[in-house]
Amino acid sequence: MAKKIVILGGGTGGTLMANRLRKAYDPHEADIAVVDRDDRHVYQPGLLFVPFGLAKTEEIVRPRRRQLHKGISFYETEVDHVALDDDRVHLADGTVLPYDVLVVATGARLAPEETEGLTGDGWMEKVFTFYTPEGADALGEALARFEGGRVVVNIVDMPIKCPVAPIEFAFLLDWHLRERGIRDRSEIVLATPLDGCFTKPIASKHLTYLLEEKEIGLEVEFSAGEVDGAGGRLVSYDGREIPFDLLVTVPVHSGAEYVGRSPGLGDELDFVPTDPRTLQSLARPNVFALGDATNVPTSKAGSVTHFEGELLTENVKHFLTGARLDGSYDGHANCFIETGFGKALLIDFNYETEPLPGRFPSTLGPMPLLQESRLNHLGKLMFQWMYWHLLLPGRDIPGISPEMHMTGKKTIDTLA
Amino acid sequence: MTTIELTGIDRDAEGFLTNPQQWNEEVAAEIAREAGIAELTPRHWLVVNYMRNTYLETGEAPSIRTLGKASGVQIKELYELFPKGPAKLAARIGGIPKPHGCI
Repeated sequence: MAKKIVILGGGTGGTLMANRLRKAYDPHEADIAVVDRDDRHVYQPGLLFVPFGLAKTEEIVRPRRRQLHKGISFYETEVDHVALDDDRVHLADGTVLPYDVLVVATGARLAPEETEGLTGDGWMEKVFTFYTPEGADALGEALARFEGGRVVVNIVDMPIKCPVAPIEFAFLLDWHLRERGIRDRSEIVLATPLDGCFTKPIASKHLTYLLEEKEIGLEVEFSAGEVDGAGGRLVSYDGREIPFDLLVTVPVHSGAEYVGRSPGLGDELDFVPTDPRTLQSLARPNVFALGDATNVPTSKAGSVTHFEGELLTENVKHFLTGARLDGSYDGHANCFIETGFGKALLIDFNYETEPLPGRFPSTLGPMPLLQESRLNHLGKLMFQWMYWHLLLPGRDIPGISPEMHMTGKKTIDTLA
Repeated sequence: MTTIELTGIDRDAEGFLTNPQQWNEEVAAEIAREAGIAELTPRHWLVVNYMRNTYLETGEAPSIRTLGKASGVQIKELYELFPKGPAKLAARIGGIPKPHGCI
C-alpha cells in the first residue's frame, strides 16, 4: 500500500520537500499531498527591494501549484487542526487527510495585533511593514511621497524571519535617500530588542561599523511596548520614546494558527518543538518540521529551510523504512546582506560557528565573507533565479552543501 | 559586598549562577536585592519559579514573550516587577544561566 505523506504549507520548505520526495518515490509507493490556504508563493527575499522600486510584487509572486511536480495533490484550504493521536489532518473545508508521515512547513505568521496600538491609527499610513507584499507596496508609495524626516526601523521582538532584513532595509533606505538628495533632511534609526544590531557578535561588530559609516542611529535593548501612530511615537516597555515620521516595523512572529488548535503540536508561540539535528518533532515520531515553523536555534531564513530540506527528505525515507534517523543537520545558514550602492556582504554560519570573515565557498573565493562587494550583490540577485529553477524543484545548487564548511573562513585564532 | 548567602556560589561575570543546583530561596532574595528589588513578592515568585522550572524541564529559558503568555504575568507588569530586562533578571534571580536570547 502506498504510504501517505502530508505536507502542510506550500512555501519554500513544503514545496522542496514535496518535489524531492516525489522524485524519491514512485507513485505506487507514496501519495504526496500539499496543503496551503492560498495559491500565492512569494519569493520573500524580494520583498526587501519592493519599497525602493527595485522589485515589483507581481514579479516575486508565482502560483504555488505550478512549483509542484506532477503527481503531487494540492489542497487549497486552511488547516483546521492536526489530530496527533489519530494521525489525521482536518482541513477547514471538511476534508480529512490521514497520514503515515506529516511534515509541518507552514512557516511563521506576523502578529502585529500583539503590540499595543501597532495596527491602530496610522497603520498603513505612516506605520508599515515590508514583510508582506501589501505592506511592501504601501511602504513604497509612502517612501515616494517622503520628503525628509525621521524614519524608525523597529524589530518588535525576536524571533523574526531573516534577522538581517531590517538592517538591510536601513542600508537601502540610506542609499535611496542619498540618491534623491534628501538624506541630509532625514534621520534613520534602527531600534532593536537585541544588545547589538545583530544576533552574532563578530557579524554584529562589522555591521555596526557600516551603520556608523552610513550615519544610521542604533537604539539597542529597545523592547517596543506601544506604538502611537497618530502621535508618531514608539514607546518601549521601560518608558523610552522614539519619535517618528515613518515607522517601518517588523512585528512579532508566531507559528501558524492551526498549530495552536492542534493539542500537543506547538509551543506557546505556536512554533513546533523540533529536534535540531534530525528535524523530527518532539510531538510524535511520524511528525517532522522544517523552516520557519520550527523552534530550532538558527535563523529563520530560506537558506536554512533549503539545507534542512535536503536532510529531512532523507530522514522521511529513513523513518518509512524503519532505519535510524540522520542527525547531521548543523544549523547551517548562508545569507547575503544588501548594503546599498550595488554591494552586499555574505555570511555563512551554523549552530556552533558564528559568521566569520574569509572567502566563500573556499579560500579561492570568489565571494568575500563579511565584506562588502559587488559580486555578493550579484549573487543575491542571481539567487532569485536559482530559487525558482533549482531550489524549489529539488535540484542541488552547485558549490553549496547542507553542512557548513570551515574552508576559507578565518577562525577566531587567526583573527586575534 | 559579598554576603553570607552568596559565598561559595559560582556565578559568571554578569552574576548568573553557573550551577543551578546551588540555588535556593535565600540566594534568590540576595540576588534580587543586588539588582535593587528589596523584596520578592508572590508576583515575582510566580515569574521566577516559572522561569526556573521551564529551564529545568526543557533546558531553555523562556523569552519575554513566552513569559507574558504563559507565566501568568503580562509583559507590562513584568517590566514593573523586573525593571529593564525582565527575562534576564528573572533568570538571574532564578539561578539559571543567561538566556541565549534569539537568533
